[in-house]
Amino acid sequence: MSANPTLVPSALPELFPPLRPQRGWIAFVRRHPMVALGAALLTMIVLLAALAPWLGTVDPTRISPIARGRVPSAAHWFGTDMLGRDLYSRVLYGARVSLTVGLAVAVLASVLGLVIGTLSGFLRRLDGVLMRVMDGLMSIPPILLAIALAALWRGSLGGVIVAIAVAEVPRVARLVRGVVLTLREQPFVDAAVAAGTCTPMIIWRHILPNLAATMTVQATYICASAMIIEAILSFIGAGTPPTIPSWGNIMADGRAIWQVKPHMVLIPAVFLSLSVLAVNLLGDGMRDWLDPQQPQRI
Amino acid sequence: MNRGAYVLRRLAATLPVMAVVALFLFSLLYLAPGDPAALIAGDNATTEEIACIRASLGLDRGFAARFVDWSGRVLQGDLGQSIFTALPVTTMIAQRIGPTLSLMAVTLLLSVGLAVPLGVLAAWRSGGWVDQLVMAAAVLGFSVPVFVVGYALAWLFAVQLEWLPVQGYAPLAEGLWPWLRHLLLPAVALGGVYVAVIARTTRAAMLEVLRQDYVRTARAKGLAPAPILFIHALKNAAVPIVTVIGIGIALLIGGAVVTESVFVIPGVGRLTVDAIQRRDYPVIQGVVLMFSAVYVLINLGIDLLYTLLDPRIRY
Repeated sequence: MSANPTLVPSALPELFPPLRPQRGWIAFVRRHPMVALGAALLTMIVLLAALAPWLGTVDPTRISPIARGRVPSAAHWFGTDMLGRDLYSRVLYGARVSLTVGLAVAVLASVLGLVIGTLSGFLRRLDGVLMRVMDGLMSIPPILLAIALAALWRGSLGGVIVAIAVAEVPRVARLVRGVVLTLREQPFVDAAVAAGTCTPMIIWRHILPNLAATMTVQATYICASAMIIEAILSFIGAGTPPTIPSWGNIMADGRAIWQVKPHMVLIPAVFLSLSVLAVNLLGDGMRDWLDPQQPQRI
Repeated sequence: MNRGAYVLRRLAATLPVMAVVALFLFSLLYLAPGDPAALIAGDNATTEEIACIRASLGLDRGFAARFVDWSGRVLQGDLGQSIFTALPVTTMIAQRIGPTLSLMAVTLLLSVGLAVPLGVLAAWRSGGWVDQLVMAAAVLGFSVPVFVVGYALAWLFAVQLEWLPVQGYAPLAEGLWPWLRHLLLPAVALGGVYVAVIARTTRAAMLEVLRQDYVRTARAKGLAPAPILFIHALKNAAVPIVTVIGIGIALLIGGAVVTESVFVIPGVGRLTVDAIQRRDYPVIQGVVLMFSAVYVLINLGIDLLYTLLDPRIRY
C-alpha cells in the first residue's frame, strides 16, 4: 500500500506556501510609491551634481565674450548666459550648491532644534526663556529673518547656511519640546526614573530614539525649504556669492533679459523645482511610512 | 476665565515676543559691518570729525544704553534714517507700502476664495478626483518656489499670449481694472504655497467635522449638501482654518519680496532688495521690524477672534 504522495506532510509547503509579506524592492515600491519616486528623482539629481565634472561640462565660471546669450544648441546644451558662460555646466554645478545647503541646513537646524527642544522639555527653569526667544524668532517671517541674517554675513556660503538654519530652528524646537513633554509622561520613562537612571541617560536611551522618526521626516521638509530659501536669497542678491554658480544666482543673472531669452531663467527654475519636489515626495512618503501620527508639516 | 481677562492676558503675552524681536533686530544693526558715522562724515573727514559725529549720534555708548535709546525712538515711530538716501526709514516705507498692500490684499482674497472651497470639496468627496487633485497640487505648491511660478506664468500669459502685462504696477487711482490687471499674475504666483497650505488644512479640519453626529443628523433630515458643508460643517471647522490663514501671512510677506522683484512692482519688497544691494542696514532692519509687528498683530487679532468663532473655548 502506498499513501497518496500529496498527503505526505513534507510536501505540504509546496502546495501551501506560507503567507509571508512580500519582500524586496519591488514590494517596497508598490507599498510606498511616493518614497520610491522621490528617491529615484533625488538620486538622479545627486548623481548629476556628484558627477558634474565628467558629464561633458566645462568650467562653469569661464567667461567667453564671443559666445554670449546663445540659445540651447549642440555646443551649449542649455545655451550660454550674458557673459558667455555655459549654462549646462552652471546648472549641473549649481545642483551641488543647492544640495549642500539643503543637507547642511537640515542637519544644523535639526541638531539645534533637538538640543533646544529637549532642554526646554526637561528643564522647567529654562523652558520659559527659551520658548519666549523661539516665539520671538517665529514672529519674524522666515524669509525676512534669513534675509536680515544673510545680509549681515554676506558673501559666504556658510553665512547663508547658518542664516537659513536660524530661521528654521524655532519650529523644530517647538515640535521637539511638544514630543518630549508627551514622552516624559510615558510609563517607560517613569520606570527608568524609578530604576534610578540619570536624566542624560533617559534622554539618550528613551527620548531620542522615540524622536528619530519625527525628526527624519521634519529634516526632509527643512531640506526642501532650505533649498527654496537659498535660491530666493541668491536671486535677490543676499545669498550665495555671485561667483559661485547656484540656481538662484543663475536666475538672477538671466533676470534682466528673460523676456527675450526665457531659457536662462526657466531651465534652472525647472531643476530647482524638481529637486525640491523630490525631497518633498520623499518627506511625505516617509511620514506615511515612519511616522503616521504626525499628520502635517510644521 | 472670562473673555476680558483672556484678552488682557493675550495682549500681555505679545510684549515679550516683541521685545525679543526688537532685541534681535537691534543686535543686527549693532553687529552690521561699516561705521554709519564715517559714512555720514564723507571721504574727506578727519578722525576727530568722525568721532564728533559718532558722539552726536550716541554711537560711542554701550550696547544696553543704545538699545534703550533705540527702543524709545521706535516706540515713537522713528525707525532711524537710511544710510543711502538720508531719508527717514518710515518715510521710505510709507512711499512704497501701497503696491505691497495691494498685492497682499488681492493675493489673500484670491487664495482664501479658492483654497477654502477646494478644501471643502476635497473633504466632501474624500478620495475622489477633486481630492487627489487638491493633494497633488498641494505638494506642487510646496515644491515650486514663488519666483519660478512667477516667471512661468509671466512667460505664458504675458510674453506668449499677451493677455496681461509682463511687469509693472498701476495705482488704484488709475482705475480698478488697470490696477487688478497688473496684480493678477503676481497674486497667483504669490498665492501658490498659501493656497496649498489653506486647502490642506481645510480638508483635514472638514474631514474631522464631517464625521460628527450632527452632520449625520443634518443629512438624515434631508438637508442639501451645500448647506451642510458650508454652514454646519465649515463653521465648526473654522478655528484651524483661520489659524492657518493667519500663520500663512508670513509666507505672503516673505514671498512678496521675491514677487515684487520678478514683476518689478515698486513696493516694500523692492525697497528691501535695493537696501540689501546698497548694504543699507537701517532700512532692512526697519522693514523686518515693521513686517514682524504686523504679523504679530494679525495673529493676535485672530487669537482674539477665536472667542467669537467658538464660544466653547475657555482659557
